[in-house]
Parts: sequence; C-alpha cells; structure tokens
Amino acid sequence: MNTASKFTNWLVQNSTPFILAVPLLAVALLTGAINNLLITRIITVLFINLILVISLQMFMGNSGILSFVHVGFMGIGAYVSVLFSMTPEAKTATLPDLYPFLQPIHLPFLASLFIGAFVAMVLAAILTYPLMRLSDAAAVITLFALLVIINTVLVHYSILTNGPRTLFGVDNYTNLTNSTVFGLIAIFLAFLFKESPIGLKLRASRDDRYAAASIGVNIVQVRWVSFTLSAFVAGFAGGLWAHFITSFSPYAFYLTETFNILTMLVIGGTGGVSGAVIGTVVVTLVREALRGVENSINIAQVLPFTLVGFTEVFLSIALILILIYRPSGIMGGREVRWRQKVKSFEEPQEAEKAAGSSV
Amino acid sequence: MINLEWFLNALTLGSLCALLALGLVIVYGILKLVNFAYGELIMIAGYTIYILSTAGALPWLVMAVIAVLVAMVTSYLTELVAFRPVRTKSLTAMLITSFAVSTLLQNGALLIISPRARAVPLPPIFSQSVTILGADVPWRNILTIVTSLVLLALLNLLLKRTVLGIALRAAADNFNMTRMLGVPANLVISSAFAISGFLAGVVSLFWIGRTASVTPTIGAAPLLIAFVATVIGGMNSLTGAVVGGYVYGFLFSLIGVLLPQSMLDYREAFLFLIVIIVLLFRPEGLVRSKTTGERVG
Repeated sequence: MNTASKFTNWLVQNSTPFILAVPLLAVALLTGAINNLLITRIITVLFINLILVISLQMFMGNSGILSFVHVGFMGIGAYVSVLFSMTPEAKTATLPDLYPFLQPIHLPFLASLFIGAFVAMVLAAILTYPLMRLSDAAAVITLFALLVIINTVLVHYSILTNGPRTLFGVDNYTNLTNSTVFGLIAIFLAFLFKESPIGLKLRASRDDRYAAASIGVNIVQVRWVSFTLSAFVAGFAGGLWAHFITSFSPYAFYLTETFNILTMLVIGGTGGVSGAVIGTVVVTLVREALRGVENSINIAQVLPFTLVGFTEVFLSIALILILIYRPSGIMGGREVRWRQKVKSFEEPQEAEKAAGSSV
Repeated sequence: MINLEWFLNALTLGSLCALLALGLVIVYGILKLVNFAYGELIMIAGYTIYILSTAGALPWLVMAVIAVLVAMVTSYLTELVAFRPVRTKSLTAMLITSFAVSTLLQNGALLIISPRARAVPLPPIFSQSVTILGADVPWRNILTIVTSLVLLALLNLLLKRTVLGIALRAAADNFNMTRMLGVPANLVISSAFAISGFLAGVVSLFWIGRTASVTPTIGAAPLLIAFVATVIGGMNSLTGAVVGGYVYGFLFSLIGVLLPQSMLDYREAFLFLIVIIVLLFRPEGLVRSKTTGERVG
C-alpha cells in the first residue's frame, strides 16, 4: 500500500471530525462575509458553547458519569484568564484588594487563556482524583457538591473575583475567528481522545465496569485522565467566554449554565462528538430564536406582563421529551462518518449501537 | 456561644432537615433517584399560599393544608409525567430528567408569577416568642420541633404498621423481589412521591415562615441541605435520613460557632466538603443498611 492510499484510508476511518468541521467552517466563513452584528454574535456564542459541550462530552460521554461540575471549571478558567489579561489600570478599578504580585501582570490574550485552562486542569487533577473511584449516584452527588464548593469560593473570594458583584473591565478579545478556530480544534481533540487507547478503555468501563476491570483497565486512572483533560477544555472555553462577555459574576457559572450545556449535550446525544456538535447547533439556534420571540413580545407589549423564563420552560420540556422518547439523543450515540460505498449518514455497527444505548 | 438558645436553634434546624432528608430518601431508597426537583415542591407550596391569600380571606390553617396537598399532587404528577417513562432507562437519564423538571418548575414560576419575591401571610404565632429558662425562644421554633416529632412518629407508624408502609420498606430493601411478591410497582413509587411531596409541603410552611416571602429559587437552599443531610446519614436508610438531618442541624450551628468570622462565608463549602469526605470514606453514611443499592430496571 502506498502512502497516498494509506492516507486516504486513514481519512476514511477518521472522517467524523472532518465531516463535522467543514459545515461549521462554512457557516463561520459565511457569517464573516455577511458581517451582521447579531449573526456574528450568535455564531461566536455557538462556538464557545460548542467547546463547553465538547468538554462535557469528553468526560460524560466516554465515562458515563453525569457531571455537574464542568461549569465550575469553566468559571475557574474564566476568572484566572481574566486576571492575567486585564490591564493593571482595569485591575485597580475593579479589584482594589488584589494581591500585589498579580497587579502588574498583563499578558497577551492567548497566554492568559492557556494559563486559565491550565489552572482549571491542575485544580481538577488534584480535586477529582479521589472522586473518580465513585460511580452512579454517589459520583453525581460528589461532583455536584464540588460545583457548590467552587461556586461558594468564587462568590466569597473577593480579592480575586470581586465577590458576588460583577467583574468588569475585561477586554473583548474573543471574536468569530478565534472562537471558530478553537471550536474546530476542540472537535478534533475530542474525537482523537475518544478513539485513543485511553478513550477506548474509558468507554469499555462505561459499558461494563466489571468486565473492563477484569481485563486490566485501571478505571480510576482513565476516568481521571479524561476528567483532567476535559477540565482543561472547560477552562479554556471559560476564558474565551469571559473575553467575549467582558463583565460577569460567579453566578454565571452555576446551575443555569449547567442546565444549558447539559441540555445541548443530551439533546444531541452524549455518546459521541457528533451528538455534542449537533446538540449545540440545534439548541443554540432554538434558544436564540425563542429569545428573539420573547424579546419582541416584551417590546411590543402584547401581553400585560413581561415574559421571563419562556425559553427555559420550552427547553426543559424538550429535554424531558428527548429523555422519554430518545434517551440517547438525536444522534443516538453514533458518529457521522463517510463510508466508501454508501455516501450517507448510515446505520452504525452493532457494537456502536450497544454503546449508544447508554445516555 | 453554646447555650439553650443555641441548642434550640440547632434542634429547630435539625428537625426541618430531618423532614427534608426523609422526603428525599423515601424516593431515593426505591428508585435510586436523587430528585433535583424536590426543592421546587417547597416553592410550589409557598406560591399556593401566596395565590390563595390574594384570592380571598381563608384562615391560614386552611391555606396551609391546601398548600401541602398541592405539593403532594405536584410531586405525584412529576412522577407520573416525567419520571415514570424514564424509570427503566439509565440512571443518568433519570437524574437529568429530575434536573429538567426542576428547571421547568422554577422557570414556570418565573413565567407565570414573577421573578420578584412575593409576600406570604403568616399566622401571628409565628412572630411571637416565649421565654424558657431565660432564653428567648420564638414560637415558630417550638412549632417546628413539635410538628417534626409528631410527623416522624406518625410516619414511623405508617411505615411499620400499615400494608402500604411495609410495601414501601420492602421496596426500598429489594424492589424486584417486592414486585415478584405481587406489590404493584407504580403504586409504591407513586406513594413514595406523594409522601415526599407531603414532607416538602410541611417543611415549606416553616421554611417560608423565616422570611415570609417566596421566590422562584427558594427551593435551592433546602435541596442542598437535604443532599448534605442524606449523605451524612446514609442514603439507603430512612432512619439514616432522620439522623443525618439532626446531625446537619447541629453541625451547621457548630460550624457557625467554631469557624472564625472571616471563614463563615465559606460555611456551605465546608458542609459540602463533609459530603465528599463521607462519600469517599464511609459511603454508606452514619446508619448502615442491608440494602445493596440495586436499582429498579
């Protein structure tokens, strides 16, 4: 077999991220060409959401453990990156009690993002190692407890976070271009991780804990590696989000946001990267459409009261219906892929079907 | 300052937590479902009183009874509409469903009523207090303690002496075996949800009695308390839930006394740290049970 056909073979085997990335790239390019403020904003948010949902998928989809805590690591990434990217003047204004050694630091955007993600990753590695032994309800409650702890610390650590008040003075560095680039990188990263030996072991432990352990899979270790990596991605997304929204409070990283990304992932399907991508696209578009409706109703004052919470009500009903009628999501845990003979998104192999049955 | 006043405050909080934890565990024991929508039942009961009070001049006690009934019915309906169809699916599906139901109810209240706090009428006795052995004790605390003890005794009777109670305990112990012996699964689970709603409704009366107002997010704090209490006490045992509730009440009050002022803000973080430590080193909680932790499939 020559090099060219080897490459084609590899490409066919790993077609999923390419198939997912190409339409997204096209959408991003089109958005850039249209250059409409609102559309650009929506698509940028879409890519930031995508990175978050992918970070959740990397852990939850492969390990089968429901995680509420990822939004907490998103928050850590957001606050840490902001501390490094803000100008000293802005820090004096918004964080007067900041530690003196942090005060003069002013790093480029990209470096700040990586520091934020790195800190989130290190904290995740330290905090969650002992937790990875737990499964089922115990795991869910501990990860939930961790979210509460992180949020409590963010709310009260005024020196670094300005407490429960809004942190302002962040520069707007995130734009369509960089969020698209990182969103596409995240797709490839998540796919490569899923197909890597560790990803495979992790999925084996998800499908049957005892069988996986019996063939020598160190479940705690593979879960831990996956969690740590996904916390890095979540922290990175947090940094991107912070430099997009430019003023935020710790309450942004709590149950509402958890619900948002969980809805996207579950509606798309937790089992695969394709599910994460499709869920993000569908839910982001539906959400923006509903918000538009909500806002125009409120502005037109058709109703005697202001409409609040309509979007969430709709999405939570959609989520419940999906869980009842199609618990493995739109994609059913499958990946879109290109086959040499049939050029369509077709039926999965038996093994994948089985894997897709768990949410 | 540990004195009689402190003790009674801790006991009051403990009593409320015991009821809260019991309501959560009675469902968890059977379905292995950590019901995130549990806190919203407290909100629903609160809004019921608010709506009734705006509609007409009913005596408070009548409104309270209706509120508890509404919480019960809501709990039953969430089971019927949302949890029953996903019961046979994965545990994760059920947990996400409960999270979705919680969001649905919360935002439903936002949408239908208002994001702002609404005043809830209280009986005059709630704002009076009495002096016992030199300590100034609000009547509300005494009522909380007494009501909790009476309810716990009644529930104990229900669970030990009635057919339904025995079926409930059997289901919590080994659900599949119970079904094979002819106990209808739906009836047992629905009853568990109704009892859970009843307890949430009763807690709601006293919880709202502290602030005399209700907001869409009022359920969050009691839900977190119930989590901590059940984990400390033991998730598979009803006795454990009650023990965990009282332990939580005293632990919370103790942390309030022991922790230096600057760390007091982090009280919640400390309590959840305890949760993690308990789950890591003694996952069965303070009260061990024979239950295997097997799930309904």
